[in-house]
Amino acid sequence: MDLIVNIIVSGLISGSIFALLAIGFSLIFGVARIVNIAHTAFYMVAAYCIYFATHKMSLHPVWGMVGAVVLVTLLGLISYKIFINPIREHEGAVLIATIALAMAFQEIMVLKFTGTYLSVPSLVKGYFVILGVKVFYQQLLTFCVALLIMAGLWILLMRTKLGLAIRSTAQDREVANLMGINEAQVAMMTMGISVGLAALTGAIVVPLTTLEPHMWLHPLIMMMAVVVLGGLGSLKGSFLGAYILGFAEALVVFLAPMGAFLKGSVALSVMILVLLIRPEGLFGVSFEEER
Amino acid sequence: MEKLCKGILLVAIVFLFAASSAIGQEIKIGVIGPMQFVQGQGHWNGAIMGAEEINAKGGIQVANKKMKIQLIKADSNEFINITDATNAMERLITRDKADFILGGFRTEAVLAMQDIAMEHKKIFIGVGAAHDELCNRVAKNYNTYKYWFRGSPFNSTFLVRTSFIHLGTVGAILRQFLNIPKVKVAIVAEKAMWADPMIPAAEAVIPKMGMEVVGVWRPSDKATDVAAELSAIQRTGAHVIFTIFSASVGITFARQAGELKIPAMQVGINVEAQKDGFWQATQGMGNYVFTMNTYARGVESNENTKAFVDTYVKRFGETPTYTADTYSAIVYTLAPTIEMAGTLDPDKLVSILEERVYKSASGTVKYMKDAQGRHTHDLTWGPGYLTAIGVQWQDGELKGVWPNKWKATPEAPEITYKGVVPVKIPPWMIEKYKK
Repeated sequence: MDLIVNIIVSGLISGSIFALLAIGFSLIFGVARIVNIAHTAFYMVAAYCIYFATHKMSLHPVWGMVGAVVLVTLLGLISYKIFINPIREHEGAVLIATIALAMAFQEIMVLKFTGTYLSVPSLVKGYFVILGVKVFYQQLLTFCVALLIMAGLWILLMRTKLGLAIRSTAQDREVANLMGINEAQVAMMTMGISVGLAALTGAIVVPLTTLEPHMWLHPLIMMMAVVVLGGLGSLKGSFLGAYILGFAEALVVFLAPMGAFLKGSVALSVMILVLLIRPEGLFGVSFEEER
Repeated sequence: MEKLCKGILLVAIVFLFAASSAIGQEIKIGVIGPMQFVQGQGHWNGAIMGAEEINAKGGIQVANKKMKIQLIKADSNEFINITDATNAMERLITRDKADFILGGFRTEAVLAMQDIAMEHKKIFIGVGAAHDELCNRVAKNYNTYKYWFRGSPFNSTFLVRTSFIHLGTVGAILRQFLNIPKVKVAIVAEKAMWADPMIPAAEAVIPKMGMEVVGVWRPSDKATDVAAELSAIQRTGAHVIFTIFSASVGITFARQAGELKIPAMQVGINVEAQKDGFWQATQGMGNYVFTMNTYARGVESNENTKAFVDTYVKRFGETPTYTADTYSAIVYTLAPTIEMAGTLDPDKLVSILEERVYKSASGTVKYMKDAQGRHTHDLTWGPGYLTAIGVQWQDGELKGVWPNKWKATPEAPEITYKGVVPVKIPPWMIEKYKK
């Protein structure tokens, strides 16, 4: 029984983190067809902002988090305007530009903070026991925030004019444009929301992890796997894919402890398996239809 | 007038030659390491201290002239890219004309860098990588690899042996103070090449020590969440977690284990726990983590340790880690050997160095030969030579806890280094087991 509870708790926590990252990534891809490889680099920058705010400016972690989300969202918008928007029509170029952007952020962090491993304090310290399994309050917070954000995003997309514009643009950019929607503006706002989500993920996950300038690479791989598994551009697909991969990781750790380092590889294998059966992912648009 | 001009010109030319040869009167020591990381900073800091100390005395006496040390810094970036490391080594030798090279950290990168240094017949003192193969190469192919010497730490086999002794020490303490008849041990090793041979060794040795292995976990060396592994370990009822970590997972593991109050003592190798920054990095949750180390404030392995540690702390504001043994490589290894040889000729230096027995800042250095009597240029381990120390985080301070009345064999004399204190058991463990 303990084992099952352990797997469920671990799977839910990992899945929530993947979901938060993947939804932001999926959103900007769905709306503007931008494959933003720098998405998790923004998450890394947010983590360092919080470190700077709490350790160098002695601010409370909450203020650090608020500041980080605002700053990184601005950084995302500036990056979009300068580096991505001019080449937006060329998907390959965008891909390469965002890789370069991520590398630049990484090197800036190396220069500023060196490669030393750092950390920030938890927002909520301690743990509680559920059915014999110890769970950090911070993990519970991550799970709850993930659900809240998902709900907030659903309301934004389904109940607001901006949401309608985003959905219209995601469905057909040209028709949305003809209907009077400023497609470029919608793309930019979506970029802001997407990067803001990455920053928020960084803000709530950073107390659980170790800061170092390459911390964006592993989540990037998992996030891409989640998005491909769920179907490119599909938010509900990303949500479900995140939890599938989260549970796959938890199963590996608990059932094959000697192969715990393989948890990422196993999760990616699950993705490949699903793609063999459904090449468009769980909720993606089939390639033929898209053409 | 024309003669005078020619004379002045001649004098000027002679002066220029003299000046340029005077500039050449420096011994160039290349210091190579991951300079953006703590390990590389240790390499560089130790080397600076060593070079300044020698230069303050006028330099190294080479035959009838004094030569000062000029350090050349090379960033190997070896954690990220091994090609960067080999390029940096090539540059040090061919462009910067380094006479000697110190440093290296990651075995995979050092093996590649070693080949380049050996090809150019440059003495390369490794300060960081522990894999046995680095020295086995010397025995197997002496003529090619004889320019390699191990500076620090001692090899993986001895690292494991020492950590088993630490494990045995902690096991005995738990048996004695918590009345645990059969100590259960969980082995947690990061997925890395250097840790691979340690696992079967640990699985074989631990039962012979009267303890039980309850499982082996292999998280990624950069794992950012090990809560699942910790839950699984707690389910096994382990009393001790034998750690084999060199990368960031050491911080994640210690922090999460401390925060979840896992009732088991962490002992073994945790490189991140050797650094002063560990306390901050774990937000104070790394309390009671026990790891092998080379230096700790207030602990003296021999008469050279205190001066080195105190000066290093004063100069750089932190305790030196073993990569700062570039200091010993300059002050105790290279400088006296060059003075004894009276030349920079690497072949002559090698033959002198491999016969020397001398004290460094962490113990007595004697280069080993293998079972067939072949030179390995590896470091001798054991009482009277290098033993390393055991350290434990105790309420924000890294305290030396081993050797404390340690006997290498039942007949051997007890060894206690100056400055060591007793091991502490985490209070939540005492609460759980002392009933």
